[in-house]
Order: sequence, then C-alpha cells, then structure tokens
Amino acid sequence: MSIDLKTIKHISKLARISVDEQRAKKLAGDLNSIFDFIEKLNELKTDNVEPLTSIAETTLKLRSDEVKSKNIREQIIKNSPQENEDYFVVPKVIE
Amino acid sequence: MTLHPLWIKQKKFDQKPNFNLKLPGIPMAVKDLFCTKNIKTTAGSKILNNFVPTYESTVTENIWNEGAILLGKLNCDEFAMGSSNETSFFGNVQNPIDKNLVPGGSSGGSASAVAGQLTPVTIGTDTGGSIRQPASFTGIVGLKPTYGSCSRYGIVAFASSLDQAGPMAQNVKDCALLHEVISSYDPKDSTSIDFKRNHYSQELTNNIKGKKIGIPKEYRVDGMPKEIEDLWQKGIQYIKDCGAETIDISLPNTSYALPTYYIVAPAEASSNLARYDGVKYGFRAKGENLIDMYEKTRSEGFGAEVQRRIMIGTYVLSSGYYDAYYLKAQKVRKLIKNDFDEAYKKVDAILTPSTPSSAFKIGEKTNDPVSMYLNDIFTVPVNLAGLPGISIPAGHDSKDYPLGLQIIGKAFDEQNILNIAYAMEEKINFKNKITDWWIK
Repeated sequence: MSIDLKTIKHISKLARISVDEQRAKKLAGDLNSIFDFIEKLNELKTDNVEPLTSIAETTLKLRSDEVKSKNIREQIIKNSPQENEDYFVVPKVIE
Repeated sequence: MTLHPLWIKQKKFDQKPNFNLKLPGIPMAVKDLFCTKNIKTTAGSKILNNFVPTYESTVTENIWNEGAILLGKLNCDEFAMGSSNETSFFGNVQNPIDKNLVPGGSSGGSASAVAGQLTPVTIGTDTGGSIRQPASFTGIVGLKPTYGSCSRYGIVAFASSLDQAGPMAQNVKDCALLHEVISSYDPKDSTSIDFKRNHYSQELTNNIKGKKIGIPKEYRVDGMPKEIEDLWQKGIQYIKDCGAETIDISLPNTSYALPTYYIVAPAEASSNLARYDGVKYGFRAKGENLIDMYEKTRSEGFGAEVQRRIMIGTYVLSSGYYDAYYLKAQKVRKLIKNDFDEAYKKVDAILTPSTPSSAFKIGEKTNDPVSMYLNDIFTVPVNLAGLPGISIPAGHDSKDYPLGLQIIGKAFDEQNILNIAYAMEEKINFKNKITDWWIK
C-alpha cells in the first residue's frame, strides 16, 4: 500500500495540523515505512477473534451523582492562552 | 518575600522529622508528565511550555503524603513518545554512562537522574517500555505495574489503555518501597482497580525456591546481538542458582506485538491529544480564523514525532480504515493476551532480555522511526496484555554499557516479580560503571 500526498493532506486536515509541502513529503515517506511494517498483521487470521477493548476486565464502578468541585472557575481558566477573567477567548467565529 | 511551600515543608521536616512515614524527607525529582500543583508541567512539549496545573496527580500526591519533597521535574520524550529521549522540546537527555549515549526513553530524564544519583528514587511512566528500556540503558531497576495498579489521574495522557506509572530505583528494595507508596485505588481514575495490595517492601523475600520461570523462544529474535543471548543464558543460570526452575514456553504471537502497538497507541494518542487546541490552556499560535488557529497551534506546538503519531492514529481511525487497522489490532491484542494467559497455566513468571541492544549513540536512530520503534520489541507485549514487568541490571556488554533482564508477571502479581528480581539481584551483584563525567 502507499500513502500519497493527497492522503497526507486529508489526514492533516482531519488531525487539524497544518503541513507544508516539504513536511507532507517527509510524512508520506515515514508513514509508508511504518505501514509497511504494520502490514505484517495481515498474515494473521482473526475472523473469529473477539477484539480486546479493555484490558481491565471489570465493569465500571457507579457512584452517586454529586458535585465535588465547586467554585473553581478561576482554576479552570487560569491557564487559558488569552487572558480574560470570565471566559475563554477565541478568534471570531461568526461574521 | 514568601517562601515556596516546598521550602517550608523541608524546614518543617528539619525541625520535626517524622520517621514513621515511608519516605521521610526524601528529596525526589519526578518525570515532567506528572501534574504537580502550581508547578509547571510540560510533558516535554512546546504546547504545554506555559502550563501550570491547579491540581496534583494521585501518584505524586501519594508520594508527598509519605513525606517526600519535590526536588524537580525531569525531562522526558515529548508526550512520552520516544525511546531515546531525543524528542523533547527542551533537548535530549544524556546517559550518565557516557555523554554521547541516549538514556533510552521516554522516562530518560528519570533513568539518568537515578543512575547519576541526582535523585535517590523516582517515578516514570511506561506505555510501551518507557520505564523498563531506559532502566536497562542506564543500569537501574524499573517496574511497570499491572494496568490499573497506579492511578492515571493527573498524568498527561498518551495512550490510555496502555499508560502506567511505576517506580525507578537503584535497587529492588527501593523499587518495592516506592511501588507500595504509589499503588492505590483511586475513584478519580475509572480504570483504577480495587484489589488487595501487598506491603511490597515488607513482604519482599529472596526465597524463590520452586518457582517456575518461563523462557519464551520467540524472544530470540533475528539479528539480536550474541551479548544479549549470553546475558539471557546467564539470567537462566541465576534463576536456577536461586532454586527456581526454568521451563521453555511459547508466546507465538510475539512478533505481532509491535505492529499492533503502532496502531493502538497512536490511535489513542490522536484522540487524547485532540484536547491541545490552543483554546483552554497551553500554547496558542495566531490564526486568521478559528480553524486556522487550531491548525497552526498544533503544527507549531507539537514536535515531529508527536505529529507523526497523531497522523498515524488519525489515519487508522479514519472512515474506511477503522476495520482494517484499529479493529484488526484489537483482535491481535487479544491473541497476544491469550498467549500470556496460556503460558501462565504452566509458569509463575517469564524471563526475557529487557531490550534487543544496549544504549545507542545520540542521533543514531533519529532518521529511521521503525528502527527506533524496534527498541521496544520485548517490552511492548507486556503493555498490550496489561501485565507487570520489571527490568533489572544484569551485566555489561563489551563496551561496558549496562544490559537489563526483564521479569514479566501475572496480573497483580508484582510481589512475585519483585521477589524474583530481589533474589537475582543478590546473585548478579551488578555495579554500575559511572565516571561522573558531568562534574569533571
């Protein structure tokens, strides 16, 4: 299989990472060698194997629905990249 | 001027030490993947370069509650993605064995700090070998606990079904003591498991007579240096000298573990790292609009290896490829776990080399991701199966670089592998060859 530049552009769009032409070429090369290595899995027949979705074979514990952290707005927005004491601020979304 | 809270804690200890705690006044540096309240936590990434958590990870909280005092934060591969500690935004880490050598990764800063005696003990995290491989490369002990033993709360997430925190130390006894402190049930981590934990350090014994130790033939890989094979044979002899028995076993799907890992881990990473969008915390790049801001933030904020893994993960989860890659990998992961389940009907633990080589030179593998990934060939299956594994220093190669042996246990059987490691440690009598080059 081969991952071309068009596919790289598509994935980078999905991943929300902008890549220029040079970087896209490098990534295509890297991903192709990694996927060549991954293709080894096709040697295995797995039609009747159940997928392992969780390593801890326990059911999730239930707890009562109580608010434990109150009045922590300040803590939540403390690390926001654009300072504003009340909100997260982002570039304009609606024209 | 106000004194830093850590300084106050140190002063208090000096005035009135409490030696009933397990880590009284012990200064301890920790991997910079653990959130430390009001102290910058970067995960080795530019994107978290300005991140100051407002909460403490459960594992570090447990450590401070036993009297230890934070000494500093230790460099690691960016988001714990790497096997040489060369992917950190803050530069690579050197190995105390030789300044031109990598310390392994991703807990490379942790391993170097313990080996160089800059911190008495420390903690790392292990997603595919990130505690055991650097422990092996620097001549120290490193334990990756059973999945669910140590809380993941407050640890910067990489691949959530694989990540585990664990102790790194100069000897097995310290390792057991630190594990006893960090292993706890935590309601704040939904995958934390509520099981009866041992008093690992108190119950530590070198009596392993009659234990059955499996030797898996599939770990004898093509191109493995003879020195590694010889070390393994020596390990088998040590096991016998301790009065335990070795049994040849087969883990037939071993060679599929690494390709499986390179689907599962990047897939989970691409999902976990979606949170770094420049909005709520971390680095933000300027953009013409919201989407442009997202794309530039992530392009400028993440390093090359992290971007590569996010791209792999996004691809294997994308429409039309999910079944062929992600579902396939989950099925093979089941086969790998079945291999171990089958083996543990016959044996109590498994002995393998920790790594297929000793530490390599800085820059040697940076241009070839697959050859870098092959470093974790013996450690990755353990994470996929959620089992505990410990690496202990067991000898030197012809260049005098340390080599490690790995003991893999049954789930929740940390006590047993610590005991085996303790018994072997006594026989091996390893001495790390460190020349303190960074002082001279």
